[in-house]
Amino acid sequence: MSSDLVQVRTGVYHDSVSLMRVSQAVTGLPGVEVAVVAMATELNLGIAAELGFELPPAGPADLLVAVRAADPGAADLAAAELDRLLSGLAARTGSPAAAEHPPRTVRAAARLVADPGAAGAGGGPSTGAAGPGEGPQGTPSPAGASGGAALVLVSVPGPYAFAEAMDALDAGLSVMIFSDNVPVEQEVLLKRRASELGLLVMGPDCGTAVVGGAGLGFANVLRPGPVGVVAASGTGAQQVTCLLDLAGVGVGHVLGVGGRDLSAEVGGLSTLRALDALDADPATELIVLISKPPAPEVADAVLQAAGKLSTPVVTAFLGPGRDDLTAAAESVLRALKTEPPAWPSWPAAGEDGRTAAGAATGRLRGIYSGGTLCTEARLVAGTGEFTDYGDDEYTRGRAHPMIDPALRLEALAAVPPGDVALLDVVLGHGADPDPSARLAPAITAAVSRGVPVVVALVGTEGDPQGLAAQARALSAAGARVFASNAQAARHAARLAGAPVPVRSTR
Amino acid sequence: MTLPMLSGEPHVITAGADLLGEALDAQAVPRVRVDWRPPMPGTEDHLARVLADPRRAAANVRAAGRLTSARPQLVAVRPAHEVLELPPGTFLHAGPPIDWERASGPMRGALIGAMLLEGLAADAQEAGKLLAAGRARLDSCHHHRTVGPMAGVVSPSMWMFEVHDAEHGGTAYCSLNEGLGKVLRYGAYGPEVIERLRWMGEVLGPALRATLELTGPLDLRSLIAQALQMGDELHNRNRAATSLLVRELAPAVVEAAPGHAAEVLRFVNGNDHFFLNPGMAACKVSADAARDIPGSTMVVAMARNGTDFGVQVSGLGDRWFTGPAGVPDGLYLGAYGPADANPDIGDSTITETAGLGGFAMAAAPAIVRFVGGDVSDAVAATRSMYEITLAEHPAYQIPGLGFRGTPVGVDVTLVARTGLLPTVNTGIAGRVAGTGQVGAGLVSPPASAFTAALAALADAVPIG
Repeated sequence: MSSDLVQVRTGVYHDSVSLMRVSQAVTGLPGVEVAVVAMATELNLGIAAELGFELPPAGPADLLVAVRAADPGAADLAAAELDRLLSGLAARTGSPAAAEHPPRTVRAAARLVADPGAAGAGGGPSTGAAGPGEGPQGTPSPAGASGGAALVLVSVPGPYAFAEAMDALDAGLSVMIFSDNVPVEQEVLLKRRASELGLLVMGPDCGTAVVGGAGLGFANVLRPGPVGVVAASGTGAQQVTCLLDLAGVGVGHVLGVGGRDLSAEVGGLSTLRALDALDADPATELIVLISKPPAPEVADAVLQAAGKLSTPVVTAFLGPGRDDLTAAAESVLRALKTEPPAWPSWPAAGEDGRTAAGAATGRLRGIYSGGTLCTEARLVAGTGEFTDYGDDEYTRGRAHPMIDPALRLEALAAVPPGDVALLDVVLGHGADPDPSARLAPAITAAVSRGVPVVVALVGTEGDPQGLAAQARALSAAGARVFASNAQAARHAARLAGAPVPVRSTR
Repeated sequence: MTLPMLSGEPHVITAGADLLGEALDAQAVPRVRVDWRPPMPGTEDHLARVLADPRRAAANVRAAGRLTSARPQLVAVRPAHEVLELPPGTFLHAGPPIDWERASGPMRGALIGAMLLEGLAADAQEAGKLLAAGRARLDSCHHHRTVGPMAGVVSPSMWMFEVHDAEHGGTAYCSLNEGLGKVLRYGAYGPEVIERLRWMGEVLGPALRATLELTGPLDLRSLIAQALQMGDELHNRNRAATSLLVRELAPAVVEAAPGHAAEVLRFVNGNDHFFLNPGMAACKVSADAARDIPGSTMVVAMARNGTDFGVQVSGLGDRWFTGPAGVPDGLYLGAYGPADANPDIGDSTITETAGLGGFAMAAAPAIVRFVGGDVSDAVAATRSMYEITLAEHPAYQIPGLGFRGTPVGVDVTLVARTGLLPTVNTGIAGRVAGTGQVGAGLVSPPASAFTAALAALADAVPIG
């Protein structure tokens, strides 16, 4: 007889990623069958109800705890561990100055950055002026002008992102919106306002950015250098910049603009602004523009604007019959008078040459976490069945596959013998701290089942996980590993016996 | 065009997933973490519409600018019938409009007292009957550039402080403070109450009028700024402000009204709250300077009538948005307890509207003895109000916070986003008519008043 523990805690808020980690930890306790620890949104209440929990009334501002344990004793232990984990979350703070009274909105935080005296009781003398954005002339003044360049990273749930992003612009700060599910009309409004104010909106649904050496979102550790990137595609930018890093070429800034920026509705507002800003940046010598296929009229406008810049621009619009990302990285290297190297790859353990092209007879199964990488692999391979587990469809109510590989592990285990599995593994800040730890056993199991596994490993040696260390672990598990996603896709397609159009990426 | 964030060391503000913030910590990138929570339920769409209003930012800069740049001056003391359109049988009251039917005990008591003062009824019973029969006309003080503490009842023969805004030209009025205990504003109407009001009309009012004629305008902005630095918050603690007022007026009182100087000064000096009323008029004239700015989401009045708590918003004209008035949480006098308390009442929340009172608690650590709690609560109350206000007052400063300006200009959108309601200090009236004051404490306004105002702001956003 199992024992259900259901609680609604009011006045407690934690973000969904943090709570998913707590749910996972509690689910992993002995005697616990399932645990849902989540804000009581309609979606989460639905998930808990489907699991058969009896739920009291609750709203999105309440924390829902629903634990099913084997017996009341296990439920009590789970409750105690849950309290410990939640208090650990509550104890987290960002800056020590703001620890005691953390700001509740981006607006208040921007005020704090502009006037650090506002944080402590004994702060400096008051200027007598109103907060940022409230100067006598009513013009926003850039916060943090005195102590470096401030920007705002917003990753609250999509329906609430607009308010925080608008705060940033009102305070004279550029903003990266990591959140997805932001209505497109709000995106257009924010980007128009940013253009008027000379600011930049990165996103919504912007997964990666590098600004002045700081990696935001899912970001690789790149050597500093002369290349500036404008990207409407997160993992596309990560692939190109990681290959440049491997070739010894550094990157100054990666400005994500969000996947919809080059749509007809948004009209490339942020792309145009980002191009302009990189052109004005004295340290940027070459600009790379990366996107999935843009709306044709927007592509024309953007290309025209790019042509007018004083900084050369290399364009990589991914699409049928166009260059893949690896080829784009090579174009960048050539533009910088650098000969592209042979991109690293690592043989699978036990690979002896006979498992070469056509060894398998089944289909190619692409099991991806990166949207652009998935699209690229599908285009390059020209065959097979591809799933992007980073798509909204798979991330509702669970963490992104770059953080939580559970769904991809299930998919890999389900590949029938004879088929070929192709996976991406993306390293960097924000991503799984050791992705090979959970993937390796699954890869070994697949290989021993007769499923060849090919991995596109996107990362750098500077990443916290370390490119070579991850590559070694994955190849030791039996995967063939490529630093180039296009090469991995080509290799996997050949293994699956597909006639791959030979297309030099050298 | 250059982008400031591309040069210099990055400094990041993070709102949302802690994982992404921790990734920045791992890179040793300085950051400020926003302790973000979802907004008040059901406000998402209204917030998105109001925040997208292109008029909003500039309108709020203007509203907060006008509120904080007002220069209130006490210019005169005059009878209400001289300065207000107040025909006999008309009474003003605190808070949003209310009729006898819905009026609470102290409001009814104060109206009965005013009927007696004006000679419109022989006794309390007759006064009650006439009022219940609708024989008196009631209107909100706020509709007449006037504010009144607690019941806030104003009748034609009462005397008023007249406060002028030297910056924007507005004028506002507030009655003279009767003192504590059994007083009309707390709903008491016994003979001693009426007698005191008569003396105020016959002696105090004329003496103060003559005094002000001698002194000329008195700078209330500067007096309030000084009182804040002396430990007042100008709502429940007015000891310093009253002392400063006496210091300013005493010599002129002696010259202007030699026959009554001692009793007048004794009365003013004996009431720590004497300054509350001119202070409220100063706040009213300042807040009124910020009215009627299209697109502004700033609150220009918060007021209670003992039944409803109402707010008015700059961008929405004279409309009231109300919710049920709460019962204050605080300390009680003598044998009184929470069961004796009337729901929140009075226009004195005009002080919080203008960045004083509960918003300036950190300036008045001594207040915690009066309203309950610790000094750290007072500091926390002020700090949290910076989250929901548009500006920091350039003149009203808090020494204990490094002379930071008081939080001023409540923004309806920030209330909805943070779920933080304005902190209000208040006196507590007895719920039975005729009782008077029973305590003092803190009270939270109803969230519904603010969400209703937000919905109306959303409706007022121009299309396109």
